[in-house]
Amino acid sequence: MNSIALPLIVPFALAILLLATRSDKLSRWIGPLGSIAMLLVALFLNYQLQQQGVISLNTGGWIAPFGIVLVVDHLSSLMLIVSSVIAFVISLYANQNLSDEIPLSRFYFFFFTLNMGVNGAFITGDVFNLYVWFEVMLISSFVLITLGKKKEQLEGGIKYLALNIIGSMLFLAGLGLLYGKTGTLNMAHLAEILKNDHQAALMNPSSVLFFVAFGIKAAVFPLYFWLPSSYHTPDITISSLFAGLLTKVGVYTLIRFFTLFFVQDQAFWHNLLLIVAGLTMVSGGMAAASYYETRRILSYHIISQIGYMIMGLGIFTPLAIAGAIFFTIHNMIAKTGTFIAAGLIAKIKGTYELKDVGGLYKQNPLLAILFIIPAFALAGFPPISGFFAKFMLLKAGIESGQYLITAVALLTGFLTLYSMIKIWNEAFLKKQPEANTVTTHVKLSFADYLPLAILAAASLLMGIFASPIFEYVMEAGNQLFEPSEYINAVLKNEAL
Amino acid sequence: MEILIAILVGVLYAAGVYMLLRRSIVKFIIGIIFLSNATNLLVFLSAGLVQGKPAFVNSTTVDASQLADPTPQALVLTAIVIGLGMVVFILALKYKYFEITGTDDLDQLKQTDSHP
Repeated sequence: MNSIALPLIVPFALAILLLATRSDKLSRWIGPLGSIAMLLVALFLNYQLQQQGVISLNTGGWIAPFGIVLVVDHLSSLMLIVSSVIAFVISLYANQNLSDEIPLSRFYFFFFTLNMGVNGAFITGDVFNLYVWFEVMLISSFVLITLGKKKEQLEGGIKYLALNIIGSMLFLAGLGLLYGKTGTLNMAHLAEILKNDHQAALMNPSSVLFFVAFGIKAAVFPLYFWLPSSYHTPDITISSLFAGLLTKVGVYTLIRFFTLFFVQDQAFWHNLLLIVAGLTMVSGGMAAASYYETRRILSYHIISQIGYMIMGLGIFTPLAIAGAIFFTIHNMIAKTGTFIAAGLIAKIKGTYELKDVGGLYKQNPLLAILFIIPAFALAGFPPISGFFAKFMLLKAGIESGQYLITAVALLTGFLTLYSMIKIWNEAFLKKQPEANTVTTHVKLSFADYLPLAILAAASLLMGIFASPIFEYVMEAGNQLFEPSEYINAVLKNEAL
Repeated sequence: MEILIAILVGVLYAAGVYMLLRRSIVKFIIGIIFLSNATNLLVFLSAGLVQGKPAFVNSTTVDASQLADPTPQALVLTAIVIGLGMVVFILALKYKYFEITGTDDLDQLKQTDSHP
């Protein structure tokens, strides 16, 4: 049973190993191999989960709810698998494309501590422990975003850090109030205590603090302003890593908290979530449409897509939550894919400005194909992954009579499509502008294409084999909607 | 005692927010320190204050009413350490930024937000 701790131990051990060796040559190997190790651990946990149902571990031998518990249910397990796939792809990309100013061993050290924080947030069953993993994740990301030490990176870093630190404090304040009212921080125990609680007015102060804190991390409207002002500053490898992992951890915690124990005041919360979701989608999509720099377009796109995940949570039926989970994993893969594609475009052309590039379709048709798959996945074209994720959300919206948000989601699809077509037209179809003849004639090698090819293939396969994934996320959705299995697995029905 | 600490928490939050809204980066960091301390006190306060009792069991006391709740103490201790780390990092970042740009004015941080 102790294998639950492995998603934490593996990255931690690798980070220590990197600290001990400090060799860039060695870390070139440690990075991808370590990521594969994390992936194997995640798959093994999933196998155990299929065999035994929800698995939990009481760390230090303290019986739940007194000690810290680590829990793996379907949602956690799925997020672990997808995040380690992202980690693997990013490590392949970093080996090839990380800028020379950043030592690989230093990058990988913080890469693994970041992954430890992300994994910890996915598997912990304790609210304070979640706070600690958030901080591990944040401090690693602060370092990663400022690793290049350029002026705009430091500036973006200050903005990113300021808003996220304030978010962490709100998280801590909410946690303190929650502990004061319930006397426990164990999520399953909280769920049991709050299940039959009818004093929503007492719980709402802490749930609002949690919502704002996680809203900042997940970058929902109107709390997202740190994201577009910082995500385009660091090395593209680091941007891709953040785009794939960080905001989705915020979404994961929102889904976890608002399905497991903040379920008293449903009418208020679900309305609020839907309003926030709609505004997030539209404002992110509109802002993306106004830019001509690939990284900025894609950064605003992250925000727009977060709206869909929150929408699933706001509709709150098993199908909608399953749709939100499907959308999250599809988005992690496709979003990282588009960021990596933007990095490759910049590698060939030497700039991220769409106005200065062009003619890539003739010059490099393979890159064009590898870009269009994740881009169309984001826009929701069948038969790529995004179509099925959106379809589930829209179907859930119509079934539960939430027509307004469904319409907004449909229309936002056009905004997404517009931005993707814009990148496609400007970078690939139009002729190379004469005035700005960029002289770099970089030939991409197989190793450059490989990470993008993996992600594009994953997007495509998620679309083609949508039905097993659909069944799995439905199972995860049902498990979240009916949390008794989770509660029983953690508390083991012992007399309390 | 509770009411005093509650007022202190409120004052610290107010001072923190006021400092966050100043134009200087250093004052902003001082605001963060205020907020972080206010939050720590809030966690401590909301779990209930117990005066003059130990948080640990020895061989003679097993009665819960003779003990203070150890959990909020552990939470606050951890949160203080994390807060310290964050403040140290943001100070280092500010120093590096000052070295490169020579400015302490938050209004100068417009570069990454503006349309190119």
